[in-house]
This record gives sequence, C-alpha cells and structure tokens, in this order.
Amino acid sequence: MKMLADSLLELVRRTSAEIPDDVHQAILTALEREKHGTIAESAMRIIDQNIALAKQKSQPVCQDTGSIIFYVDCPLGFDQLGFEERAREAVTTATRKGYLRQNSVDSLTGRNDGTNVGPGSPAIHFHQHRLPEVKVRLILKGGGCENVGTQYSLPNTPLKANRDLDGCRKVILDAVLQAQGKGCGPGILGVCIGGDRATGYEHSKQQLLRRLDEPNPNPELNRLEQDIVETANKLGIGPMGFGGKTTLLGARIGMLNRLPASYFVSVSYMCWAYRRQGVRLAADGAIQEWLY
Amino acid sequence: MIELSTPLSEAAVRGLKVGDEAAITGMLYTGRDAVHKYLHEGGKLPDGVNLSGGVLYHCGPVVIKDAAGNWKCVAAGPTTSIREEPYQWQIIRDFGLRGVIGKGGMGDQTLGACREYGCVYLHAVGGAAQVLAECIQRVPTVHFMEQFGAPEAIWEFEVVRFPAIVTMDAHGNSLHKEVFAASQAELAKYV
Repeated sequence: MKMLADSLLELVRRTSAEIPDDVHQAILTALEREKHGTIAESAMRIIDQNIALAKQKSQPVCQDTGSIIFYVDCPLGFDQLGFEERAREAVTTATRKGYLRQNSVDSLTGRNDGTNVGPGSPAIHFHQHRLPEVKVRLILKGGGCENVGTQYSLPNTPLKANRDLDGCRKVILDAVLQAQGKGCGPGILGVCIGGDRATGYEHSKQQLLRRLDEPNPNPELNRLEQDIVETANKLGIGPMGFGGKTTLLGARIGMLNRLPASYFVSVSYMCWAYRRQGVRLAADGAIQEWLY
Repeated sequence: MIELSTPLSEAAVRGLKVGDEAAITGMLYTGRDAVHKYLHEGGKLPDGVNLSGGVLYHCGPVVIKDAAGNWKCVAAGPTTSIREEPYQWQIIRDFGLRGVIGKGGMGDQTLGACREYGCVYLHAVGGAAQVLAECIQRVPTVHFMEQFGAPEAIWEFEVVRFPAIVTMDAHGNSLHKEVFAASQAELAKYV
C-alpha cells in the first residue's frame, strides 16, 4: 500500500504543477486571438509564462491549490477504506512538501491545522465498474472560481428563462456575465441541467473531467456548448475581466433527470488554472498510465 | 510600463489611471479575510508593520522554510478582493494605504476611498502564482501565523518589478464597472 500512497502523491504533485495539454492548447489559441498591445494579451502572456514556470519548477500553478477532489473508478471488491487512508496520507505529505497550500479550515473554530485533512477534505468519489483496473482522477479547484459557481431554478422571471434549453442558455450566459473576471477567466464551465440541488452541482463538477477537445456525444448538448462559448466570447469580458476576446475556453454540459416540480441548472466555473489529472494504476498501486 | 517604488507618494498614485501597467518594487504586505476583519474590529497592526504609503496584497501564499531555515515563497498569486469590500475603505482611511493589489476588482466603497484618500487598486493576474512568486526576492518575516494560519497571515514580501494593472484609479474610474456595463449591454443582443 506504500506504492499506492506514493502514486497518489505523484498524482497530486503533477496535478498541482502542470496544466493538461488540452487546456494549454486552448490557452495558446486564446493568446493568439487577443489584440496585440492590450492588457488582455499581456494577461494571457503572463498566464502562458506561469504554466511553463510551474512545470519547470514543479511548484503549484496557483497558490490556491483548492478543493481536493478524487474520482476513483474501481472494480468490485476494491478496498475503498484503504484507499481513503492512503489518499489522506498523500495529501498530508503533499502539503508538507508545498505541492498543496495549507488550505483546509475548521468552519466553526477557524483553525487551520496545516494538513489539508478534515471533514470533507479530501473529497473522494468512488464509482464501481466491471473492469479489473483502477483509475484515479483528481481535480484541484480553487476558491475564487468555486465562489462564482451558481445554481438557477427555472423558470427565472428576471432573466425570462423558461423550462427549456433556451432558458438553460439564458441562465448559463447570465452566470458568465455575473462571474466577469472574478473566477480567473478565461474560464471553463461545467454545467448540469436537472438533478436536485446536491446532485446537480456534483454532476456539473464531474463535467470538468471531460477533455476540452472532445465533442459532447449528445448532439443537442454539443450545440449548446458551442453556442455558449461563442456567445460568451462576444461579450468582451476577456481574460481576468480586463476586456478582450476570450471569456470562456470551453463549456461542458451534462444532464440528469429531474423531478416534475424542479428544474435546476447548476454551473461550476473552473479557472484557466484548470488542474485536472488522472492515472491508471497497476494491481500493486504503481502508475501505469497518465490519463490526460 | 510604469515603475513604482514603495512607499508610494500620493502624487505618484494620483498620476495613475485605469489601464496603466505597473511594475512595483519595494515591500508588499499580504492581508486577506482574517486580517481585514481583525483591523475593522479595532485590532492593532503588529510591531514593525507600517502601512502608511504602503501596498497591501490580497494573497494567501504557499511559503516553506528552506534548508537554511529561511522563508521561501513558492506560490503567490492574488486572491479575490471583493470579500474585503466591507472593510477596505476603512483600512485605506485609517492606515494610509496607497495601493491594494488583488483580483476581480472591488466595489463603490473602495472606489470612493481611493478617490478621497489617494489610493489605487491594482489587478495582478489571478492564478499566475509562479510568475508573481519569482518577483519576491526575500520574505523577511510573517505576523499572525499562529493566530490566522499561513494563508491568512501578514507576510512581508520584498519584491522587484511585481506586475499589476491599475483597474481602479484615484479619480473614480473602475475598469470593472466599465466592462460589466459593456458586457451586459452586449449580452442583451444575444438572449
């Protein structure tokens, strides 16, 4: 089990220090698109330099190393409790080494014990599958972007949003408008149409596991994703909200069934510092393959 | 690029306008949620911290001790500033701040205090923790480490050419207000 803790530590290190290729590509495209000599271009240039520097120095891309969210696909009979213990060990070690900031605070006392381990941290979601392999994916999601996430209940009268896809489009674009640059744009939206208040948010975050360069298999949602990105990028909010051409790098939209009485649209905003990585593990816990 | 050195004079600050790109050299003090609430409630600044003409940085850095026992900042981007909106105006007024660095911009109370007392809000690139940490030459000391925890403590950073953009000036202008109004008008065309 020592091997598993080491693998998880390496997963945390790489997630914190390296932006995945699909996201970096979208950032480079955005950098080229910004007008020469603008503060938007200047911001995108600093972002690109920062990505290179973090990787080279093996240090956090962003000092807010965020909520630590593991998604584990595992076979039947997998020792989930053992995994949780190793994950907590890896997080504690990663914090001591400076891959993660001391980022977890007791909500009642305000105390930060400096370990990043406590109620709800790290968050671990298990999903069983009928395959022998174990896949562990990790998202580190900073507080600035988490704070601009939002949930709408349709119909929404001020936004003239009805209970249909056009209503969903209106509220998603409102979320982009309200976020401005506060979530460290250009951002990426994870959206869930439907579900309840808890599952909707949860599913919206899971959309962020999808690569940016792969289309949505659902044609309607694929069209909506493209429409949201194109429209958002006409608004002129731009990198960091400085004004400019790229407001969103992507939108990933999923759906869950809903109750007849409820129609939630949940939006999770991810900053450009989109820290997501994953590994496939061998039976002994060693890393076999990187997933992004 | 406009070069600024701390402590900042009122004249230097009033000479800045929205959209100016600045490079700051000198001393930055970090302070975020816990520090703002503490000072707002009448708390005293620790000995050795003088914010007069100073620049406050909304930042919760990652700082480790190197082999020689010195503090070393390994990541230091800005945190979201709007959370300090209830307190910032008062801290500008009472402690003589000339600059606030953060991200996402602030509201009308802060904008009013910038105009009245001579202060600017400078926007660092959010998430650019490595580029910004590279500008920190030395971390002389930290205050309130035990009381508030590392991200919320007051860290002293000696910086060279720390890049930030003036997005709220001392003349009542806010890039954030302008971009919000323009983007809201634009969105109305598409929904």
